[in-house]
Amino acid sequence: MTFELETAANPEKLRRVVIEPVSRVEGHGKVTLLLDDDNRVHQARFHIVEFRGFEKFIQGRPYTEVPVLVQRLCGICPVSHHLGATKAMDMIVGAKLTPTAEKLRRLMHFGQILQSHALHFYYLASPDLLFGFDSDVAKRNIVGVAAAYPDIARQGVALRKYGQEIIRLTAGKRVHGTGAIPGGVNKNLSREERVFLRKDIGQIVAWSQAAVELIKRIYTGNPDFHNGFGYFKSSFMSLVRDDGALDLYHGGLRARDEHGQDIFDHVDYGHYWDYVHEEVRPWSYMKFPFIRSRGREEGWYRVGPLARVVNCDFIPTPLAEAERKTFKEFGGSSATQATLAYHWARMIEMLHAAEGIQELLLDNDLSGDDLVNAGTPALRGVGVIEAPRGTLIHHYRVNEDGLIVRANLIVSTTHNNQAMNEAVRQVALQYLDGQEVTEGLLNHIEVAIRAFDPCLSCATHAVGKMPLEVELVDAGGAVVSRLIKSPDGRCGI
Amino acid sequence: MNKTITIDGLSVPFQEGQTIMDAALAAGVYIPRLCHNPEFKPHGSCKLCTVKVNGRNVASCTMPAVEGQQVLNDTDELNADRLALTQMLFVEGNHLCPACEKSGNCQLQAVAYYLGMMSPHYNHFYPQREVDASHPDVILDRNRCIYCELCVRASRDADGKNVFGLSGRGIQSSLVVNSASGRLGDTSLAATDKAVQVCPTGAILQKGKGFTVPIGRRVFDHHTIKEIQTGGGHD
Repeated sequence: MTFELETAANPEKLRRVVIEPVSRVEGHGKVTLLLDDDNRVHQARFHIVEFRGFEKFIQGRPYTEVPVLVQRLCGICPVSHHLGATKAMDMIVGAKLTPTAEKLRRLMHFGQILQSHALHFYYLASPDLLFGFDSDVAKRNIVGVAAAYPDIARQGVALRKYGQEIIRLTAGKRVHGTGAIPGGVNKNLSREERVFLRKDIGQIVAWSQAAVELIKRIYTGNPDFHNGFGYFKSSFMSLVRDDGALDLYHGGLRARDEHGQDIFDHVDYGHYWDYVHEEVRPWSYMKFPFIRSRGREEGWYRVGPLARVVNCDFIPTPLAEAERKTFKEFGGSSATQATLAYHWARMIEMLHAAEGIQELLLDNDLSGDDLVNAGTPALRGVGVIEAPRGTLIHHYRVNEDGLIVRANLIVSTTHNNQAMNEAVRQVALQYLDGQEVTEGLLNHIEVAIRAFDPCLSCATHAVGKMPLEVELVDAGGAVVSRLIKSPDGRCGI
Repeated sequence: MNKTITIDGLSVPFQEGQTIMDAALAAGVYIPRLCHNPEFKPHGSCKLCTVKVNGRNVASCTMPAVEGQQVLNDTDELNADRLALTQMLFVEGNHLCPACEKSGNCQLQAVAYYLGMMSPHYNHFYPQREVDASHPDVILDRNRCIYCELCVRASRDADGKNVFGLSGRGIQSSLVVNSASGRLGDTSLAATDKAVQVCPTGAILQKGKGFTVPIGRRVFDHHTIKEIQTGGGHD
């Protein structure tokens, strides 16, 4: 099953269908399908065609600069990279955060989850869910949603705006701020700012509840279709709190297999490499992580809202916890491995973020003045956070002068690389195999990708690690010579 | 009776021995500048303060004020030249404001905003320049150096140390430090030295103190460089 359709046996005899660019996702990607004369699918791949290289070009920069620099990876989830990198730098400066610093960062992160989940659900995914996957392409967009469902569109815009306001007041700017610094934060939240944010939070919680109701109504309205679309089983990985609760900011790593059995639990992410490895493949700039104990073939997994909601023992806010229970119990837990259930889980998390913001805004620690700590410095720092799209790992080494000498970023979309390819292949087999290819059918593939809310801009950094194979072919199609570069950079003929 | 010059038609008094820049500063008239700091001997290298005196272009920070001079300063022509000079400074170095600790407190950035710079315009040189983080308290990032020599003058004239100097010529120029190893950590520089405080860009920074001033509380978040450098100034 695994890796079926990744590589066709005789690609030269097949017809190539390309979806480029994949639309309504962040970044640039494409899907290639190889079909035979009867439109049978022989190969389906999801490619990331852009290259970012942050791991390389931050080498030689001071560690203090990194949390601000690396957030430029993304315009949608910069806070996640900002906080992931800052958590790593907390280790570099040996700091244990003050309550004020940790709560302000948590608030910033809730704002990020809220705005990013709202962006994805309302702007990117809702046109498919509200109009149908093969509906009129001219209306299948946010403008079409605004015309047909103005209240829903308005709520989506307002939810995102509120999340951005949280970020502005904690980080200084709505996008690419500077709030978190190694060992703490650079500002608190004034009482006036808290009063300003409290004014609308009741409405934000109510709209987040409405969003859960909306996706629940859509999903349960056609359960067999939604459960079965691009269906496959996999392991899940996420952070959980010490007591097993959902925790988006900090915790230990938990991985569970497709049967819900622990692969590892409460793992200190400071040694993530003992548990997760990365593989490179010649046809993609994005690496393929896998759980080490299960090997390359069986070790791939999913991260993100579905993984988190399924993996956690409970959600520590009441409304979201009630929705988690409903979700898990639905149809005898039939949605807990479904590709489209990502949307449902995502809205449960958005509700949790809204509740979390409401709770934090009552906490006077947010207005405290004890902002920064320091301790015994170290030369290595690892920061892990649950970004909107899933587990995000930032790993740095610095030299004695405090300059970065090595960086490894495993972003959420990279964790989901194999899973997204799997979803693409399942949908290709379910809906395209043997059919005349139409725009609507091809959009089914994009719908499967969108469920993961991938951020392709965040995901491609390795320089010189990607294996390449170059063939020189003569006019008759015969291979004249072949040059192969292995993952360790060595070349051979 | 005071001697006077006129700057853009405004009568500006001056004392014997003052430069046009000195007179302008005393009168609260803003002339864009980067290499000039009133605390140190004028240098005249950045040419941003170029004004037109009786039809001739001169550096106002080094040109003595003379009774009756008709000085043109805030003109479209001169500001266009200043914009071009600023853009050249940006492309000659590696000035990446989004990730720079000095952003919001940087005079180069503030001058660029003041002059309406919307893009670098010229092709970037992307020079290979070294970061020297060998000092325990100070970091020297040559990517951001504009060769104003304020640190050179401050170290020599205020700190009495001669830690910094320029080496090479033209595009090959580089900021060097006075130690046998060539490393900042082997010089006598102290974090409290004037040379550390005076850099108009992010080339010399306190080590381990990145982004401690939040957005909204930085010098140029609410004021233009003209307002800061003239204390209110003339329109």
